[in-house]
Amino acid sequence: MSRRLRMWILAVGALGFAALFCAACPRLPAFGGDSHPYGERAVRAALAHRTANVVAAVNFDQRAFDTLGEESILFASVLGTVVLLRQTREEREVPPAPARVPLPVRRYALLLLPVALVVGLYVVAHGQLSPGGGFQGGVVVATALHLLYIGADYRALERVRPVGVYEIGDAAGEGAYLVLGLAGLVAGSSFLANTVIGYGTFNTLASGGIVPLLNMTVGMEVACAVVVLLARFLDQAVEIEEESGR
Amino acid sequence: MTDTLLLISLCAVAATATAAVLVRDPARQALVLSVLGLALAVLFTVLQAPDVALSQLAVGSALTPLLILLSVRKVRRRGRREEDGR
Amino acid sequence: MMSVLPYLFAGWIFLAGCYGLATSRHLVHAVGCLAVCQSSTYVLLLAVGYRDGGTAPVFSDLKPGSRPLVDPVVQALALTDVVVGATVTALLLALVMQVAKRHGTVDPDELSELRG
Repeated sequence: MSRRLRMWILAVGALGFAALFCAACPRLPAFGGDSHPYGERAVRAALAHRTANVVAAVNFDQRAFDTLGEESILFASVLGTVVLLRQTREEREVPPAPARVPLPVRRYALLLLPVALVVGLYVVAHGQLSPGGGFQGGVVVATALHLLYIGADYRALERVRPVGVYEIGDAAGEGAYLVLGLAGLVAGSSFLANTVIGYGTFNTLASGGIVPLLNMTVGMEVACAVVVLLARFLDQAVEIEEESGR
Repeated sequence: MTDTLLLISLCAVAATATAAVLVRDPARQALVLSVLGLALAVLFTVLQAPDVALSQLAVGSALTPLLILLSVRKVRRRGRREEDGR
Repeated sequence: MMSVLPYLFAGWIFLAGCYGLATSRHLVHAVGCLAVCQSSTYVLLLAVGYRDGGTAPVFSDLKPGSRPLVDPVVQALALTDVVVGATVTALLLALVMQVAKRHGTVDPDELSELRG
């Protein structure tokens, strides 16, 4: 397809989309409007299960099965990335030379590393109370670990980050979510039903039934997944070179 | 007051999104994308969605640009090696 | 006007991303444009769920029923997708690296010439 033809198709498609979208906008609920029937029901359901963060309640209680689907997409795409970025036969590993890091950068990164880690874990643990949860906290924990790459060098990072362990952690997080779902079945209600343990006291760490537990499994899976992803990308960008004979 | 704030953050998001598309060099695009992530996080906070803002902040302004930069580096290094070989 | 303005912004962001995708000369740049398209859906979703004078649906420092809340359901939809979308972006970038390895180019036009 020539560039010209492609631009024409794009223009027609974009104009068509713009026309339909503009026609649809006035029929959407008006921005800032007062009618949110699903939202109000979700708030009531969350309060009934004593979960202070309604968004966490929607994700891990009312729509827990959907979140399992989302998690599986995450798991599958990590798996796909690992398979695609494995080291092939005509490639070899060239260990990067040790880098010299300016002292202020090193100090700052190493000072920030524990702080960022704790913040990430806090965000995971308080997902049912305040904004946050497994998805956000997991990413924070995983990126925090990579401050070591900035503060020291790649080899230091490789020493504290055995990728195999994180791959297992990724799978264990996904598995634990399934096991918690099955616990609902064993307890005599439905898959992923929030009836296994008591709802606890409103607005304390142990509230919301299985919401904090599911949050933790998701946090573990996301953190491990991001570490594995970044490890594969760093390997490709820093270490793996093709055989020079090719 | 909220309306003004909302308009400003919406304009910031639209402007950075357009810039991210128009910047053709992927390494520079990664930087613009991280600014877009930041602008989106601000917009989501104004829209009273702190949960989404938090995840957008962690993902959009750190993780995605980092992944893009790493792949650019890998792809570039290949290109350079091939040109050396010729 | 204010009642549809945020939706129009979301449409604009989506179209900008599509334009970038169609005219991209570098596959990594195309993946970045896809991320822009994706962010338009978050803007649209959260705009639908907004309520004037509403506050975040979090009760850790709020008495239930004391203030109107914005819609938590759309927030939950956007929240998971932000993180899952990032891993899908990673998968696409891995595919781009494979393409670069196999074909020695990441320009979509050159790639289609190679094939045809």
